[in-house]
Amino acid sequence: MSNHTHKSNSHAEMMALAKQDLTTGVGRSVKHESAAKQVSGEAIYIDDRLEFPNQLHVYIRTSDQAHARVTRIDTSPCYEVPGVTIAITAKDIPGLVDIGPLKPGDPLLVEDIVEFFGQPLLAVAASDHETARQAAMAAIIEYEPLEPVLCVEQALQTEHFVSDPHTHQRGDSSAALAKAKHKVSGSVHIGGQEHFYLETQISSVVPTEDGGMIVYSSTQNPTEVQKLVAEVLAIPFNKVQIDMRRMGGGFGGKETQAAGPACIAAVIAKLTGRPTKVRLPRMEDMMMTGKRHPFFNQYTVGYDDSGMITGCEMKLAGNCGNSPDLSDSIIDRAMFHSDNGYYLGDATITGYRCKTNTASNTAYRGFGGPQGLIMPEIILDEIARNLGKDPLEIRKLNLYGGEGRDTTHYYQKVEDNVLPELLDDLEQSSDYQQRRQDIKAYNASSPILKKGLALTPVKFGISFTASFLNQAGALIHIYTDGSIHLNHGGTEMGQGLNTKVAQIVAEEFQVDFATIQITATNTEKVPNTSPTAASSGTDLNGKAAQNAARTIKQRLIDFAIHHFSVSEEDIEFRNNHVLIRDQIMAFADFIQLAYVNQISLSSTGFYRTPKIYYDRNTARGRPFYYFAYGAACSEVVIDTLTGEYKILRVDILHDVGASLNPAIDIGQIEGAFVQGAGWLTTEELVWNDQGRLMTSGPASYKIPAITDMPIDFRVRLVENRKNKEDTVFNSKAVGEPPFMLGISVYCAIKDAISSLSDYRISPALDTPATPERVLWAVQAIQQNSVKQSAN
Amino acid sequence: MISFLVDKELRVEQHPDPNMTVLNYLRQQLGKTGTKEGCASGDCGACTVVLGELDGDQIRYKSINACLTFISTLNGKQLITVEDLKQGDQLHPAQQAMVDNHASQCGFCTPGIVMSMFALGKNIGQPDKEEINEALAGNLCRCTGYRPIIEAAEKMYAVTTPDRFAIEQQQTIAQLRKIQPQQQAELSNGHKKSFNPTTLTELSTLLEQYPDARMVAGGTDLALEVTQFHRPIDTLIYIGEIAALKQIELSETAITIGAAASLTDCYDALNHDYPDLGALLHRFASLQIRNQGTLGGNIGNASPIGDSPPALIALNAKVVLRKQNQSRTLDLQDYFLDYKRTAQQPGEFIEKVIVPRASDNGEFRCYKISKRLDDDISAVLGCFNLQIHQGIVESARIAFGGMAAIPKRATACEQALTGAPWNMATIETAKQALLQDFSPISDFRASQAYRTQVATNLLTRYFIELETPDVTTRVTAYV
Repeated sequence: MSNHTHKSNSHAEMMALAKQDLTTGVGRSVKHESAAKQVSGEAIYIDDRLEFPNQLHVYIRTSDQAHARVTRIDTSPCYEVPGVTIAITAKDIPGLVDIGPLKPGDPLLVEDIVEFFGQPLLAVAASDHETARQAAMAAIIEYEPLEPVLCVEQALQTEHFVSDPHTHQRGDSSAALAKAKHKVSGSVHIGGQEHFYLETQISSVVPTEDGGMIVYSSTQNPTEVQKLVAEVLAIPFNKVQIDMRRMGGGFGGKETQAAGPACIAAVIAKLTGRPTKVRLPRMEDMMMTGKRHPFFNQYTVGYDDSGMITGCEMKLAGNCGNSPDLSDSIIDRAMFHSDNGYYLGDATITGYRCKTNTASNTAYRGFGGPQGLIMPEIILDEIARNLGKDPLEIRKLNLYGGEGRDTTHYYQKVEDNVLPELLDDLEQSSDYQQRRQDIKAYNASSPILKKGLALTPVKFGISFTASFLNQAGALIHIYTDGSIHLNHGGTEMGQGLNTKVAQIVAEEFQVDFATIQITATNTEKVPNTSPTAASSGTDLNGKAAQNAARTIKQRLIDFAIHHFSVSEEDIEFRNNHVLIRDQIMAFADFIQLAYVNQISLSSTGFYRTPKIYYDRNTARGRPFYYFAYGAACSEVVIDTLTGEYKILRVDILHDVGASLNPAIDIGQIEGAFVQGAGWLTTEELVWNDQGRLMTSGPASYKIPAITDMPIDFRVRLVENRKNKEDTVFNSKAVGEPPFMLGISVYCAIKDAISSLSDYRISPALDTPATPERVLWAVQAIQQNSVKQSAN
Repeated sequence: MISFLVDKELRVEQHPDPNMTVLNYLRQQLGKTGTKEGCASGDCGACTVVLGELDGDQIRYKSINACLTFISTLNGKQLITVEDLKQGDQLHPAQQAMVDNHASQCGFCTPGIVMSMFALGKNIGQPDKEEINEALAGNLCRCTGYRPIIEAAEKMYAVTTPDRFAIEQQQTIAQLRKIQPQQQAELSNGHKKSFNPTTLTELSTLLEQYPDARMVAGGTDLALEVTQFHRPIDTLIYIGEIAALKQIELSETAITIGAAASLTDCYDALNHDYPDLGALLHRFASLQIRNQGTLGGNIGNASPIGDSPPALIALNAKVVLRKQNQSRTLDLQDYFLDYKRTAQQPGEFIEKVIVPRASDNGEFRCYKISKRLDDDISAVLGCFNLQIHQGIVESARIAFGGMAAIPKRATACEQALTGAPWNMATIETAKQALLQDFSPISDFRASQAYRTQVATNLLTRYFIELETPDVTTRVTAYV
């Protein structure tokens, strides 16, 4: 906005404007800040940046064995390819070789032992990518093969772990199980998931005159990339600047594993003095980087005649791949969510961190939560079938609530539990009971196709369970024309974080969204940040930006009190204007006035989450500031001859507290749901017996396409339900929780299969429930039913 | 030398690497980085651009995957990319609808989606949901779950004012007329060559002269050799400018399809007689691929899966192979010899495919079974064509993809059916016979057991569909 337009407004005009509400503050469906640039191709991703005349492009050569000792790497043939500048191996790395985020185990390039098929061994830089690839393939690599461990069950049996198991325990579960009138037990394989961010891992690095690096990295964690680049180069952190404007998708896949390409580019830039880019081709990206952890989960649960769980033991074995990466926290989160929204009675939950010779599995939306949270849904389905009851009835019966039933198995009290009302609401609005009857009638008359229905809840804990990460910083400048520059430690990967944080600042200053310029996340502006992960982006950075805004605002208020000889109550910021008792001025004019009166118009802001703690020794605490809730009701149709299926209708009701931006929140919910449904249906990762990932591209790995969307898709936000905790404008985090709404699709498929047994049997169904697995489950039920009717 | 328009600008290229894709040309040569690389294998659609082609006094707009398209394909056409849509500060309706409906999140797939929507808008005034799905099934979005994208595609048609491309159409047509290929074009960068013959005679001569040359029609499979398997191709012959190879003729007895006719055009010709084949073609890869890919290419690359060969074999289609002036006609089933090996001799090329009309065939059904409904390679493709008269099976042609090293007939199964009464007992016998026909492999798409089980179950589905046509038997009925 310019001073001139506002100066032309009369006092009366300005008063009229100030009476109106801001249209682009919090609670408004402001459009994504980059939308107009994205649709026109003007939004710049790292690979779109202008290149330098001496630009180097890198290809990373990886191992074609899952477990082996490297006996020889000869890079001399690489140099015979014209256009090659350098070929590096581990010994060329100036500083630390291991870039493991918390614990060692992730060498930037293999020094001695290859731990998975696709592990980086050497990197070649050349004038173009194809030349670099050709040269890298010319290197001579010799191995001495070692026996790989490729199966999570084998790793579990032999206690082949990346770190020690951990247990949550409440009460005496074995006594509870011994006493239980009924029991169910079983096991299930839960599949992993490729992130399939549309933009593959990429980093572009420019050396500086101080021996440092400017690093453009598509990362959720600029501070960690800064640390690791500094460490591999053996230089102080202050010589490394990370710049991150936007990612073409992250989903957790760029939390730790964006660092590798950045570090390799930095090492080559350091050794050559030339700008260097590492961009992983899709297949290399899929083979080289870790995925959502596959799990092998075992359970024994006791319950009474009503279907209420009285005791529970679960063993959750996460397949961590070859190194720790973030697996400790991920398996912990699976354990924290193995109750979903239900009181488990006396419970013992143990999480195992299995080591296999596959890529190191890593953060992925939900961070282990989904793999734990699905367990009670499987168990409650089974209880319901055994008792001949509707699974929804059994779910509602077991929800947290009531005397002695409000504490989790890690001793956090479940406060402000929205689920009982939320399930009732959705049961009504989705017309669950009527459709249940309609589906029974349909199935009775349809010989091949069968329909299924399931309504499942989600309760998801919000906060990093590594408590220290729950902090954030922000930086705000106001320039003398009233325009605002905003920076914070979070990263934009499409989720609308920048938009929401700018809305928060707009609301604080009562200025239009357009007044605020969002800029790249940069370690020189906001230091020592946490990754944008755990759904925490807005909760943390929004609060930090709010604090920065409030600091400046307080200065402005103090200035006005003094300057106009008024009291604080006389000053009000309203819709691009500032009211000072009976005076009014445009925000920009007020800022100009403050400037000439020597008021600082720049501030940092900082935030740390209160109340949270967790004692790992006693496995007790309050790891989560609050819980986010939701539920989905899905209807599917399956083909009992082929196992094919289609999602017909989905109703979602989800709790985001007081929404900061309903359109963005609904976008997160829909996208997460479809991604969650994909995880449990078509997204199958297949490795061969050599440990090679066979589904290493979109031709073989099938994420949902447009016709996989529910035909009828109805999403609502829970209304008039602010977060009771003091979050930013009482909103709730939304990135991960709705991912697990996809579980309703899996349960609906099982419901359709179960119809073949007249709902007496809950089918065993590993995930992803591909058409093949569905067909086998159908056949198992059909055979079982034949047997039963013969008996 | 090839000539084409990049939006309105005439470009003439003489010495580019003939293996260069349109995507790399845009990003690396022209610095137009709006078009994104998501997979470089034609599976994600992030690189979708639109080709404008002269069709009489009209321009036909086709969405294509820039990552799979060799630069020689551009000759005589207009290339439109996402950068060309916005005029000054004014977004194109396709773009504005995406913004208004909150349909971009990370934005990386967005340019491709905008271009698919743009082409859809150009070709269909008021598309329904099915047409929107078809246009966008080849564009993966990992963020949104697609609902807002569909809404954007529905709402962009509220804007009825003609866009710049409509306003400038006459000028564009005039520009395109000037660069229509009149003679054989050639590209060479000193190492690799590419030819665009315009007649069958030129093609024959080239094949004689360059016996190792690779023919490109759509290039949607061949380009992968360059971009995914890193095997450069020395000599390419682009056959898309040979009018004779693109003809589709309908007679009383046959549908004759030129080898270089796009799968999109084949759909129009085949759907009327064989709705199931039309339905199959709708699920065959993506619209971008079908706009480029050809029936001849789908046969010539001899994939064990298809998807068109098993269906065409079941329909008793024939393939005409030509060398110089000599043509020979083969039953399509005899064209496939072994894994990726065909009866095609050196110097020969597929000229056309002849499909009998429906009146000469029986009850045709084909079933594509894949993990994902859209844009997925079949685990099993089963095609059935039985003639049943007075309760007796008079003839049976059954072919499968994904069950053997080649698309193959189920001869034992056919024998079990032929002459037998049309009832469930016969089906059970035929299912047993089918087990002798195939011993499929296990791979990441499906296990051997699943393939076998599904193949036999499809026979049951076929029986139920013929006996009780009112019963819904396919989940795709709900899409």
